[in-house]
Amino acid sequence: MELLAFGKTGWGDELFYATLMTLAVSITAMLIGFFFALIFTPFKLSKHKSLNLIGNFYTTVIRGVPELLVIYLFFFGGSGAIMFVASMFGYYEYIEINAFITGSFAIGIISGAYSTEVFRGAIQSIDKGQFEASKVLGIKKHIQFYKIILPQMLRLAIPNLSNVWQITLKDTSLISVTGLVEIMRQSYIAAGSTRDPLFFYSFAAVLYLLLTYLSMKLINKLEVKYSRGF
Amino acid sequence: MDFELMIGSFPKLLSATVITLKLLSLSLFFGLFIGLLFAILRMNKNPIVNKFAYGYSYVFRGTPLLVQIFIIYFGLGQIEYLRSTFLWVMLKEPYWCAIIAFALNTGAYTSEILRSAFQTIKPGLIEAGKSLGIPNKVIFYKIQIPIAIKQSLPAYGNEIILMLKGTSLASTVTLMDLTGVAKYIISTTFKPIEVFIVAGGIYLFMTFCVHNLIKFLEKKYGFQT
Repeated sequence: MELLAFGKTGWGDELFYATLMTLAVSITAMLIGFFFALIFTPFKLSKHKSLNLIGNFYTTVIRGVPELLVIYLFFFGGSGAIMFVASMFGYYEYIEINAFITGSFAIGIISGAYSTEVFRGAIQSIDKGQFEASKVLGIKKHIQFYKIILPQMLRLAIPNLSNVWQITLKDTSLISVTGLVEIMRQSYIAAGSTRDPLFFYSFAAVLYLLLTYLSMKLINKLEVKYSRGF
Repeated sequence: MDFELMIGSFPKLLSATVITLKLLSLSLFFGLFIGLLFAILRMNKNPIVNKFAYGYSYVFRGTPLLVQIFIIYFGLGQIEYLRSTFLWVMLKEPYWCAIIAFALNTGAYTSEILRSAFQTIKPGLIEAGKSLGIPNKVIFYKIQIPIAIKQSLPAYGNEIILMLKGTSLASTVTLMDLTGVAKYIISTTFKPIEVFIVAGGIYLFMTFCVHNLIKFLEKKYGFQT
């Protein structure tokens, strides 16, 4: 227990901040994922063959390639890509991007592929009559989306999005390979300096379990809220 | 784009794919048994057995695979007692540690898939078997299991693909699987995009094969719906 003491003698506060870091990365990645899903879901539902192809390419590639490989691509290729773009604007200095940004971007792209599939499924399972009825009533396109499609879609999407959240939360453990100090990295450091890996990795497992358990509780509440009337 | 590197790294990556496939097939093999065992335990009426099986799948599905590998590879060696048993022969090898972790992990997911498949079997089928005087054991092996396998094929196909991606974590415990070799080539040549395209292509090809195999099996053994 003294290993977990707060302050200089134990690893309690370090692990606490590491947990917050894991949460921060997960939430950022999830939001980046929503952003990608917002772009690619219309692509996947589009009637144009080429747009459709782009959407399918994104979800198939990202969901078919290991997360670790995507993280390595961003970790090793990220600053190179940014420097390439910067060189087009005449900036030739070395640019190093922060591990938090690379990590949440890599996980975000992965989470976005899963979110895209969820949103596509949710929109497709809304009755066609809903679209037609709102058209007949002369409701404008964007109002139709915000007031009619989105509320129904959220109800259908939330259970699956909670799965995406769980996947994203667990994927953040992989960012530890890039050196970002989240739960896994902090446990690695603590295990290395105390020579007690069993304790620290088991504690990391408990922290992850706690995070998944608490977030499930929260999401279940949301689910009840959005499925009012069903 | 460095095409020479892409062509040059292809054979190296391909030979690393063999390790990935070995890891995948062995962990799926053991995982299937673990999954079946825990699915049966989950349906046990004894609440303690039931809770135990539920706890197992909850813990393994609620924590990242990376933590599980690290606990088994770095953590278990710490227990003095284990060092004296025959298990130590396996636990000191990263290869077997990875397989144990993967098998336990996929076992947890498989048990959930099989449990839900068992639960969707119509009670009428079991009752019909009983009224025909078929012994309980035969009903289980000849009626429930074949139907459950058919029902769980699509979900199990997804699990195989997830596990295929999961084997990439073996590279974190010093195994040179496809991802491990890809990382090595990236870190020596600093050409991440080229290597990513080749390694990712191999992974995609494998997912594609698994996907089509499952589709084929579904068509062959699935229900006509």
